[in-house]
Amino acid sequence: MKTFSIGGIHPKENKFSAGKKIIEMTLPQQVVIPLAHYIGAPSEAIVKKGDLVKAGQLIGKANGFISANVHSSVSGKVNKIDVQLDASGYKRPSVFIDVEGDEWMENIDRSSTIIRECLLPKEEILKKIQNAGIVGLGGATFPAHVKLSPPSGKKANVLIINAVECEPYLTCDHQLMLEKGEEIIVGITIIMKVLDVKRAVIGIENNKPDAIAHLSKIASQYKGIEVVALKVQYPQGGEKQLIDAVIGRQVPSAALPIEVGAVVQNVGTTFAIYEAVQKNKPLFERVMTVTGKSAAQPSNYRVRIGTLLSEVVTLAGGVPEGTGKIIGGGPMMGRSLMNLNVPMAKGSAGILFMPNEESVRKPMKNCIRCTKCVTVCPMGLEPFLLMNQSERNMWPEMEKERVMDCIECGSCSYTCPSNRPLLDYIRYGKTTVGGIIRSRAVKK
Amino acid sequence: MNLILISLITLGLVGAISSIILFFTAQKFHVFEDTRINDVEEALPSANCGGCGFPGCRAFAEACVKAETMDGLNCPVGGAPTMENVANILGRTVVAAAPTVAVVRCGGTCDHRPRMNEYDGVQHCFIAHNLYSGETGCSFGCLGLGDCEVSCEFDAIKVNPVTKLPEVDEDKCTSCGACVKACPKLLIELRKKGPKSRRIYVSCRNEDRGPIAKKSCDVSCIACTKCEKVCPHEAITISNNLAFIQDDKCKLCRKCVEVCPTNAIVELNFPPRKTKTEEVAVEA
Amino acid sequence: MDKLIISPAPHIHGGDSVSKNMTGVIIALVPALLVGFYFFGLGALIVTLTAVVSCVLFEYLIQRFLLKGETTIMDGSAALTGLLLALNLPSNIPVWMIIAGSLVAIGIAKMTFGGLGNNPFNPALVGRVFMLISFPVEMTSWPRPVPFSTAYLDAETAATPLAMMKGHFGELPDTLNLFLGNMGGSMGEVSAIAILIGLAYLLYKKIISWHIPVSILATVFIFTAILNWIHPEAYASPVAHLFTGGLMLGAVFMATDYVTSPMNTRGMLVYGVGIGIITVLIRVFGAYPEGVSFAILIMNAFTPLINTYIKPKRFGEKRK
Repeated sequence: MKTFSIGGIHPKENKFSAGKKIIEMTLPQQVVIPLAHYIGAPSEAIVKKGDLVKAGQLIGKANGFISANVHSSVSGKVNKIDVQLDASGYKRPSVFIDVEGDEWMENIDRSSTIIRECLLPKEEILKKIQNAGIVGLGGATFPAHVKLSPPSGKKANVLIINAVECEPYLTCDHQLMLEKGEEIIVGITIIMKVLDVKRAVIGIENNKPDAIAHLSKIASQYKGIEVVALKVQYPQGGEKQLIDAVIGRQVPSAALPIEVGAVVQNVGTTFAIYEAVQKNKPLFERVMTVTGKSAAQPSNYRVRIGTLLSEVVTLAGGVPEGTGKIIGGGPMMGRSLMNLNVPMAKGSAGILFMPNEESVRKPMKNCIRCTKCVTVCPMGLEPFLLMNQSERNMWPEMEKERVMDCIECGSCSYTCPSNRPLLDYIRYGKTTVGGIIRSRAVKK
Repeated sequence: MNLILISLITLGLVGAISSIILFFTAQKFHVFEDTRINDVEEALPSANCGGCGFPGCRAFAEACVKAETMDGLNCPVGGAPTMENVANILGRTVVAAAPTVAVVRCGGTCDHRPRMNEYDGVQHCFIAHNLYSGETGCSFGCLGLGDCEVSCEFDAIKVNPVTKLPEVDEDKCTSCGACVKACPKLLIELRKKGPKSRRIYVSCRNEDRGPIAKKSCDVSCIACTKCEKVCPHEAITISNNLAFIQDDKCKLCRKCVEVCPTNAIVELNFPPRKTKTEEVAVEA
Repeated sequence: MDKLIISPAPHIHGGDSVSKNMTGVIIALVPALLVGFYFFGLGALIVTLTAVVSCVLFEYLIQRFLLKGETTIMDGSAALTGLLLALNLPSNIPVWMIIAGSLVAIGIAKMTFGGLGNNPFNPALVGRVFMLISFPVEMTSWPRPVPFSTAYLDAETAATPLAMMKGHFGELPDTLNLFLGNMGGSMGEVSAIAILIGLAYLLYKKIISWHIPVSILATVFIFTAILNWIHPEAYASPVAHLFTGGLMLGAVFMATDYVTSPMNTRGMLVYGVGIGIITVLIRVFGAYPEGVSFAILIMNAFTPLINTYIKPKRFGEKRK
């Protein structure tokens, strides 16, 4: 079975919410839409207090090339433009909207009929994707229209769809594939047209046989799209690992996937692109999983952007007893949340409740040089060495040891028998070395 | 007997020949160095802390000798007496720089600034700062994990376990600047020590708007501008919702301290004020 | 609700621990231990108990009273060192010598460097080599295998196969006996099959990887095969070399010690080849009949160099 060539771990999958139909969440009373919840320059608010808005209306204009539009996810009145805490505890400018009814912009097609044909030329499609504020929904939230416009001189020859969902617990992509399979395939044809590629490969981990069968059946009716089953291994869904597993090419250090002719898009993003191009619907809602060992009803919900996580949790049955940590995202790369007054944003894929016993770290011991961290690192780095160097502030040496290649997957910390906080120090090293590299580039 | 004599003579000859060779080699390969560098280095405190901006006392001595004047050269550990000595050795004059001391600009103790979550990561400020804003509602305040304490080579700054804020021992502080660099929140500043070690400063770095700042910490600066208006020496500026007292203009009159509604402005080493009743009695 | 806990990702852990790994190695040693008890009886029992107890005791005493800190005897590494030391000794060695060896192994080779994870040399091997050099007579008189023997200090000794190969005398036991362990030698080294069962367990539990044992054994096999082919009368067959002496014990349990072996598979192969070559050189051309302990200690010294210059395969290194 295909998989990536170096490293990897296999944490327990715990997909408690698998197979649970997506529940449409009831509208909250107020949404708080952050103006900057993706990679890139924050958008500029174009509405002010007292304005009436409809769902799908543009409220934040993209600011620069790597930036994205922000749309209202509800209809109602703008209460204020103020700061709101984000997941890391810092305050970000956001638009507060009091919800009234559920009116959408007139040009949005709310029907569920599948529109298979797309006759627009690729420039128009790209414009629609850009206007709709589509960003990567796999967690990185990189603006899609930028990724789909390769720099001049570089051409893609394969589109890879990331339907792996290798993080334990999360099932939003899985359920989306089962319920909106054909829409996703049409979305793929649209992206193939934009990139001008003849081949698309959908990578799905082998623990989702129903999704593999379902999408294979639909894809067989379309030209150039194939489904590949991948070994259940973390981080199969990491961009570079996925490209290696599916087409056997390894993206070189510090390069982008386009260097090997590949473009990777998350399956949720693909669905959003279908809705944007065929239904004129901008990105203002997404599927997220609420789950955990002690969760009352682990399930998948379709939530409007800007809904406070506290509302989502209340609908999902409240915070379970004995919860020590609440994680936004998956357990390997998600953020532990300070409280639930954080708005749901384009990158929020899940809420995970961790019981007390699993929330506290065990004390760290000496490195016993067992080499397990080296064995599991998918990028072929030496985490124990990077941690030692980070502790001693040896930045030039860390740069030589390719610390910037680290994808922060967490496999090293997961494996270490001495419970050493490898990734914490490596992340600090990456931040510092990244700063040094940037200041070097500025000086030139 | 013969053997002892032979050994003595042989070893003695080896010693003598080696010394002669070494003597001539030392003469021939002698590195000419300004002797004043050694003299200056001896006058320095040998702390090798880097507070002067040079890598070690020897490097500072070399810089002093090479420089034309004493401008910009200061050893904070030795202070004015040391710089005067150095100036004497080099035959120059030096203007004594005002002594400075480290000041921690955060008053958010556990009582004033409640902790809202429990941090369980690596207990270092730089790692916590890399992750999130901290255990309290104020994203600018002290994280309390002690990177400053670890960085100090003079044992002059320690985190108080009850208040979770660092405290500076001004007798030990040499103003070398290590803690200033160590703090990821940029809370520590080197300010003038002041006459009789008295100084006044705004113990807050919060740039949130007043109501938001007050919610997370009782003693935060809410930028009400009362201090700016009352200061007779124009020493206080307010920008980004935060007041700042410039220590070269401050004359220590304490009017701002009296008027600050949140007690964000701190006065150190002043005698206790006369209370209102005492003042009335005096007037009468 | 109580305060939420905040820490950086990852928020789950695989559950591996130091004690799990040490326990795994101890379990893998059980077959060799049982064979040792079978062939060498009471002596084997006494030597094993003394070594294990004294190693654990010394680590406890040093950590609690000399270093005045926490003790780590519960992680199993001191017990493992004691067990490995015992398996390297003849079963008729007096108790006080074992205690001296344990003191050197734990006190000097491990604790002076900072405890587990910091030692550059394999502690059990340092203890063994110390004992070999300090007590050469007792450390080179090996009891004959007598099933369930009740003799200890007065066990009957005989020449080991390695001594026979070195001095060109005597008749080696047949291959089956070499494989099963019916020969003179230290308790742990005699039975190749017991060690191979242990190797299988270690590989199954992913405690070690195959690179070091295979590279050592393959190198010894190839090197001795070449020598044997050139001059069969002077040099013993490769099979005899593989199954005699401490080679299998060393290749599977001593050279694979986490702390003192290289940190990636390419480095491990270089390390294993080095050990193999030095072992054969000492056995065939050197003064001692057994060369594995010295070979491993010499390559331990090279491990930091190997770690610096041999790096793991990086992602994106080769372009397809």
